[in-house]
Amino acid sequence: MSGVRHLYVHLPFCAARCGYCDFVTLVGRGEDHGCYVDAVLRELELEGGRLADEVETVFVGGGTPTFTRPAELRRLLEALPAAEEVTVEANPETMTRELAALLREAGVTRVSLGAQSFEPRLLAILDRRAGPDDVRRAFYHLRDANFDNVSLDLIYGIPGQEPSDLERDLGEALALGPEHLSCYELEAKPGTRFTHAHGEELARQAESMEGYFELVVDTLTAAGYRWYETANFCREGRRARHNLAYWLGRDYLGLGIGAVSTLDGLRWRNLPALPRYLAALANGQPPPRELEPLAASTQAQERLMLGLRLDDPLPFAEVQAALDSEALGRLEGLGLVERQGDGLLLTRRGRFLGGGVTAELLAEIPANNYN
Amino acid sequence: MKLDRIRNFSIVAHIDHGKSTLADRILEVTETLSEREMREQVLDSMDLERERGITIKAQAVRVAWKGHQLNLIDTPGHVDFTYEVSRALQACEGALLLVDAAQGTQAQTLANAYLALENNLEIVPVVNKIDLPQADPDAVAAEVAELVGEDAARVLRISAKTGESVAEVLDAVVERIPPPEGDPEAPPRALVFDSSYDQYRGVVAFVRVVDGRFNTRDDLRAMAAGTRFEAEELGFFSPVRTPMDTLEAGEVGYVVTGLKDVSRLRVGDTLTSARHAAAEPLPGYKDVKPTVFAGLYPTDSDDYPELRDALEKLKLNDASLFYEPETSQALGFGFRCGFLGLLHMEIVRERLEREFDLDLLVTAPNVAYRVYTQGEEEIEVHSPADMPREFERVEEPYIRATTIVPKEYVGSVMELNNERRGRFDHMEYLSEDRVMLSYDLPLAEIVYDYYDQLKSRTKGYASFDYDVVGFEEGSLVRVDILLAGDPVDALSLIVHRDGAYARGRALVDRLREEIPRQMFDVPVQAAIGSRVIARETIKARRKDVLAKCYGGDVTRKRKLLERQKKGKKRMKQVGSVEVPQEAFLAVLNLDGDKR
Repeated sequence: MSGVRHLYVHLPFCAARCGYCDFVTLVGRGEDHGCYVDAVLRELELEGGRLADEVETVFVGGGTPTFTRPAELRRLLEALPAAEEVTVEANPETMTRELAALLREAGVTRVSLGAQSFEPRLLAILDRRAGPDDVRRAFYHLRDANFDNVSLDLIYGIPGQEPSDLERDLGEALALGPEHLSCYELEAKPGTRFTHAHGEELARQAESMEGYFELVVDTLTAAGYRWYETANFCREGRRARHNLAYWLGRDYLGLGIGAVSTLDGLRWRNLPALPRYLAALANGQPPPRELEPLAASTQAQERLMLGLRLDDPLPFAEVQAALDSEALGRLEGLGLVERQGDGLLLTRRGRFLGGGVTAELLAEIPANNYN
Repeated sequence: MKLDRIRNFSIVAHIDHGKSTLADRILEVTETLSEREMREQVLDSMDLERERGITIKAQAVRVAWKGHQLNLIDTPGHVDFTYEVSRALQACEGALLLVDAAQGTQAQTLANAYLALENNLEIVPVVNKIDLPQADPDAVAAEVAELVGEDAARVLRISAKTGESVAEVLDAVVERIPPPEGDPEAPPRALVFDSSYDQYRGVVAFVRVVDGRFNTRDDLRAMAAGTRFEAEELGFFSPVRTPMDTLEAGEVGYVVTGLKDVSRLRVGDTLTSARHAAAEPLPGYKDVKPTVFAGLYPTDSDDYPELRDALEKLKLNDASLFYEPETSQALGFGFRCGFLGLLHMEIVRERLEREFDLDLLVTAPNVAYRVYTQGEEEIEVHSPADMPREFERVEEPYIRATTIVPKEYVGSVMELNNERRGRFDHMEYLSEDRVMLSYDLPLAEIVYDYYDQLKSRTKGYASFDYDVVGFEEGSLVRVDILLAGDPVDALSLIVHRDGAYARGRALVDRLREEIPRQMFDVPVQAAIGSRVIARETIKARRKDVLAKCYGGDVTRKRKLLERQKKGKKRMKQVGSVEVPQEAFLAVLNLDGDKR
């Protein structure tokens, strides 16, 4: 293949940091937004040669990309290559009528809205600044700006959440009729302030999590959404094409602090420190990075790990090297995996157990790949 | 030395009643060693032991006292080694029965006294530690006199610690203990009453010459084992090895055999001359059989070769240790070991861990069963996994258990023994407030958590001793544990029918707690044959996913999966079920039972 067809840009700035968040984020720093966009555009200049003539997808993630000063955001979006799908992540409270219009004008085709919940009490626990009405308002601003591809993020397993809360959240989300929904269980990282504050309640939630996941899948599929990836649901034809590229093992280029690129068997991650990023690019140098060469066997493992998250069969030939055939037989026997044509697919129950099933399917990992 | 100038004797006592202190004092009083030499000597030998890794501990010391040759023969102190003790006693004509003036008669005092009486020994009762403030020499003397049928006035009262009246003990040995009998002109016969292993010189036999004489370089034969060897060196301990040209009738000493394998010359065998062989061996040789069995596994399976080497080395010194390789589904490669009793098992385990630096898992011990299958074929079963599921009948070893307790704990002991299928035999007041209880119990009931129970129910005041007395038919069943329908060999049990339900239930509950949920429902069952007596289900997991995974998460998620995969590798696959090693340890580990 000539050139990378998927571009990721990281905009790290947020109004405040949410307690559960583990992304690379920076609070406030309005004065830095301009230099950061400069630096990203310079990184694009440096790396742009790696891009294909026609880029398929662009994804601007964060952080809260829509917290970035509008003028800077516009400048960035207009400088990015055009693509069939250009997604921007947004927080509801930042989405004004003007911003929606700005995004539309700047070539954005899809917005992913971080709703998380419609329950004020739970939003407060997550440190979210938006209320349920902000979500609805943001959604309609997007519709008014002619966005026909909007995704909502929901989180379940929030401390204090009851099954009835989740049912209501799902109902509220469905009422808006988004094209796409991402539903994640809350991942509380050990050692974080959040986990410390909610330890006992998180343990209780962990027990309910099984039921929550089933509820999410049942409700959304019953409403006609396609459960096309472990945590993602869409109206037909509205899969998140950029994310799909990750799950299909395609190469991608990432710009900005903390951004990851994977290209021709090499993965690198820009280090998360802002000053060093800015300084390097101000000098026309690539930012400091962590490199990770990917052996063919590792690539096959990742292909397996990512591909099995999807509801399309994973071509057998691509992952054969990473497959433990004995485990495959056993899991087929248990009704967790099935073969379809030349492909491999998790059954419905297999998808609920996707982590364990995949771990089992992975063939013995050569020792030199451990780090 | 003329026979009438020789006295051969032992000291028998309950643990900590002062046996070794008295032995040390005897060496001093007889000037075998001066006080100064004594200290140096002991130190020297310890250094030597350390340097060369050999045991040169004197098992039989020769001392001189007023024109007599006294041989003090050491005995292993514990019930597990009853056979060795009785061989040592057989080499003597008398025994000092040593009793603590504060504690009085204890279980091993009785056991040893009876053993001495059985061997027709002259018993010299001695009350020791009369210097202790809480000593009650008169009461204890009366108790001991009663026990051995002696006049209380003839019970010696000493302090081995201060040396008080130790000389009188030696006088009593000469006066009261008869000289050995034997025919100095007959073909030579000597009883092997103990042995040790010297890595340079092979097996060293400790012998009591009964008839004739043995010379250095004689060709000798062990009559029971049929082993032939040359007497490389003869001599006695003083307390270091002191070579002599000959050992004569009545004398006690050692023979260096050069044999490289202790099993070729066992305690109880009779040595004779290969050329002028005696017609009959001395009475009493028997092949001691282990009574308690357990699996020994290295905690880290890579240590298996080290464990094998360690057992080999230990066996050189300990002929009664039995082991054979065993493979367990759950624990991998290890050994099924046979021991003379629980203490023996503990000693072996401790030596393996301490001297060989091994980390061991010892499975819950079981006894040897005699199983009769259809057609009266008898098989001996050492492991529940070997127990046939179908059999005609099964016999289990029984013990005669002696417990001595303050009278307020009699009820507790009776209760414990009743719970353990004990049969009351008799009860005796040893003094106003101390009672001896005698029960017959299945040995199997003792090996499982008995000592701890006894200790806690009597606040540590009970002393306990037992003797294996025979086999009896028992209403025993094999309980199998099944995971998802597959029996797990390592978890099978042999239990009394009445206890089967409770043990099966306990195991099933424990496993349900210990085994993580799988990707499918896992029934955990306890069954006797095809009858399920307890059942639990480990419900299948319903969710196990890595929630979100985008471009920036791939490496971390992959590593998570690798870790999960590695975790799976550490589990044992039992049929279709993955069981973590820890689950087996929790159920099988001997220590795990004592919670």
